[in-house]
Amino acid sequence: MRNRFLTRVTVAGIVTCLAAAVTLVTAQTPGYRAPRAPDGKPNLNGIWQAINTANYDIEAHSAAQSPVLEMGATGAVPAGLGVVEGGTLPYTPEALKKRNENRANRLKLDPEVKCYLPGVPRGTYMPFPFQIIQSQKHIMLVHEYAGAVRTIYMADQTEAPADSWMGWSNGRWEGETLVVDTKGFNDLSWFDRSGNFHSDALHVVERISARSADTLNYEATVEDPKVFTRPWKMSMPLYRRVEPNAQILEFRCVEFVEDLLYGHLRKQPSQ
Amino acid sequence: MNRRSLVSIGALVLGVAVLLSASVVAQVPAPLAAKRAPAAKVPAPTGKPYTPPKTPDGQPDLQGFWTNSTYVPLERPQGVTKEIYTPAEAEAAIKAAAEREAEQTEPGTTADVHYDFSQFGLDRSQSKFAASLRTSLIVDPPDGKIPALNAQGQKRGAERAAARKAAGGPYDSVQNMPIGSRCIIMGGSGPPMMNAGYNANYQIVQSPGYVMILTEMIHDARIIPLDNRPQAAQGVRQWVGVSRGRWEGNTLVVETTNFNGKNAFRGASENLKVTERFTRIADDMIDYKFTVEDPATWDRSWTAEAPLAKTEGPIFEFACHETNYGISNILAGARAEEKAKAEQAKKGSN
Repeated sequence: MRNRFLTRVTVAGIVTCLAAAVTLVTAQTPGYRAPRAPDGKPNLNGIWQAINTANYDIEAHSAAQSPVLEMGATGAVPAGLGVVEGGTLPYTPEALKKRNENRANRLKLDPEVKCYLPGVPRGTYMPFPFQIIQSQKHIMLVHEYAGAVRTIYMADQTEAPADSWMGWSNGRWEGETLVVDTKGFNDLSWFDRSGNFHSDALHVVERISARSADTLNYEATVEDPKVFTRPWKMSMPLYRRVEPNAQILEFRCVEFVEDLLYGHLRKQPSQ
Repeated sequence: MNRRSLVSIGALVLGVAVLLSASVVAQVPAPLAAKRAPAAKVPAPTGKPYTPPKTPDGQPDLQGFWTNSTYVPLERPQGVTKEIYTPAEAEAAIKAAAEREAEQTEPGTTADVHYDFSQFGLDRSQSKFAASLRTSLIVDPPDGKIPALNAQGQKRGAERAAARKAAGGPYDSVQNMPIGSRCIIMGGSGPPMMNAGYNANYQIVQSPGYVMILTEMIHDARIIPLDNRPQAAQGVRQWVGVSRGRWEGNTLVVETTNFNGKNAFRGASENLKVTERFTRIADDMIDYKFTVEDPATWDRSWTAEAPLAKTEGPIFEFACHETNYGISNILAGARAEEKAKAEQAKKGSN
């Protein structure tokens, strides 16, 4: 009896230890160590792209009909499990109302429709690649969409001199992780095509680290007290474009939207 | 660097000394003089070749903020026959050019309805510029002029002019307006990188296997791979072409083709080839040369030298399209004018 009891205790102990060990291992799963850049920092250089449907809607969503009838299935919205931790964005009631208005009028209001700069973090998960060019003083993020560019200041850091679409980014290394702190946004960009939005009080902290040779862990903590009741986080993997000739190509979309934006101002043939 | 450049740099040291003297600054139009930044310094020829610093991966280091702002015109002005000015002549040429820019903002003139270039720091005299005694950026052909268009080039030019005419007046539609006004691309990005009238600033960042050149106007980042990969297939055509680079000693050589032909650089066809050579010749100077070839336009190539002088960063976001009220206002103005004229004509006929 006693022996059996002891055995049970021992087994329980072993299980607990194992569980603890498993937990530890799980916590260390991101413990992949990236190859070093020539300056000894983790090497995040590369052409990266998200493979998800966050650009349609960062929250979980079902597949849906195209907002443009003529586009048929090619313009339909693919479903997505969402990238927001906890599932739902913590809007204030007024902000939620505005989000829903945005959503109802998204063809008119979505800045992407007008080829405007994508903002942060939206640029990261648009269906276009972006390239990380990593040097010591500056890390550049160059997006194919609209040629959007972010400069991450690793040295000579200052406050944002003025508000902008892509914000003003200061970066630092925390071990294996590049931490990018971005402020100085205007209130014009959206998070997705579903009207999720922010104000000029937006503050984004991104954490980027290698999770394998060809994937990154990307997470962004979003704080905006004018729109959300608390900070919230999104996360996703990013995938390396491994084609040997991969490169950022031109998506200079201004000329694709000129008739949409200015067509009504075209001279009409005289009657 | 060829011997002629060395000679001109030797002369430049004298020239810059003169340009920096108070007497010269005082001759610059008054509103400009107060704000004028010193011209970029030019290194004294020491006889020793300059060895550029290296990036951690061993590339010659071109990184930092640069400007190709200059008062030297691309083509040699009419009546000028020499290749290199004396310092006094260069000073007079800069002064004349600065005065021409200042004229735009003279109160009460028609031009003054535009914003005040001197007030907003938009004229060249207020930013650093690469001092040069050259009379033209073009160094070859020796007359400092773009070669005459050949028969094919003239034919294309005539066809383009006819197409423009058929498309109507300059304000009939957005597509008839200049691509810079439309915020599609501005001259600074190139290639070749030509000095923009203002904000002629660049940032170079290097990572293993790549050089990136960010042009302030319009946040245009050109990423040049250095891994000897083949040129992209001919089906890929871009406004800025597709660039491939390599290091030849301390010189970055970049070849660009696959242009889309819509930019029509100086009348060129889509088969334009631009070869650029970047050599850091001092801590604060990159020698930048470009050669333009297009047998469908010119019977010979031509080459220009347009140094990049070190300047201060940072470069702020230039979101051009997002606030392009100019296009809407210009087109709406043209439509309103037509309407008023039509109503006037109607009244007249009644």
